[in-house]
Amino acid sequence: MAPGFPPGFSIAAMKLNERSLAFYATCDAPVDNAGFLYKKGGRHAAYHRRWFVLRGNMLFYFEDAASREPVGVIILEGCTVELVEAAEEFAFAVRFAGTRARTYVLAAESQAAMEGWVKALSRASFDYLRLVVRELEQQLAAVRSGAGGPALPLPLPLSPTPALPSTPALAPPLPRWPSALPPKENGCAVWSTEATFRPGSEPPPPPPRRRASAPHGPLDLAPFARLHECYGQEIRALRGQWLSSRVQP
Amino acid sequence: MRYNEKELQALSRQPAEMAAELGMRGPKKGSVLKRRLVKLVVNFLFYFRTDEAEPVGALLLERCRVTREEPGTFSISFIEDPERKYHFECSSEEQCQEWMEALRRASYEFMRRSLIFYRNEIRKVTGKDPLEQFGISEEARFQLSGLQA
Repeated sequence: MAPGFPPGFSIAAMKLNERSLAFYATCDAPVDNAGFLYKKGGRHAAYHRRWFVLRGNMLFYFEDAASREPVGVIILEGCTVELVEAAEEFAFAVRFAGTRARTYVLAAESQAAMEGWVKALSRASFDYLRLVVRELEQQLAAVRSGAGGPALPLPLPLSPTPALPSTPALAPPLPRWPSALPPKENGCAVWSTEATFRPGSEPPPPPPRRRASAPHGPLDLAPFARLHECYGQEIRALRGQWLSSRVQP
Repeated sequence: MRYNEKELQALSRQPAEMAAELGMRGPKKGSVLKRRLVKLVVNFLFYFRTDEAEPVGALLLERCRVTREEPGTFSISFIEDPERKYHFECSSEEQCQEWMEALRRASYEFMRRSLIFYRNEIRKVTGKDPLEQFGISEEARFQLSGLQA
């Protein structure tokens, strides 16, 4: 420890089992998403094209698809994934909470790729996975005890989840979809990796086959694929309007 | 390898699944046992000097192996180098057992397998896919093909 520093002050970088991380990045198991993305170096830096591999809650990036070791990794806990206003087309951001926290601006090579990445990244956190597992655990217990038939009301988590505390809503001057649209996992609305179940909150009336935190209207009865297409069209139209009405910086 | 250290530090301050003061010995030859505050948060094991707020280090708990060593002691190693072990000394057998069980279940990959298991079980009993209500039934990460051999 350098002289002159107060006791307990460590200036060494945090250790991490990087070699194991590199093996996890390149092991044979199927990945959750992979592809080329442009990554902005810093606030005023250029974009670099990198090969990205999403595995679990870790987003690795390589020099190219044949590289054996990642250049780096973005740990995806406690972040939100948003569309952004950027010079680059098909841009989106992975934003972390906190005063000096980093925002990673990434750009895909097509609309479809961008949507795929935003969807995949917003569901990548361990926290999200754990929530879903807990839900299913309870559902399985309920069906096994003969609580009901196929159309089960969604039980809320009974025990408080040791999830990350919900990050305060960032109020960025970024374009967001009109608030009339409910945030949907399948549409292009803003996704969040925050816990969607808030322990202790008021349970909504439990109609079958609904997400507890996002009650939908009568359209919910339509087949899922048709719903998805409906919202998709609406969103494409809105996006077109928004793009043409944007003032260039 | 670059990584978002600040965010990892922030993660280390989140509520932990488990936390305790344990004896810890690094994998290098000749490492000495040190008292560390060890904290399990999602799939990371953080370890702190007992009087510091920032972690000395973190272990990502994917593809790891948790092994019983001497009584009250376990080790964590990784599949690609099983002899390179991080040793942890507990204050009792019970504590050792508790930690070993928690660490074996701590990985994302384990959680993913649990999800797939519950999904299939519910499907068997009800005939319905429980992930449809979340709108995530087609997600690559929740398919059976995602399971390692």
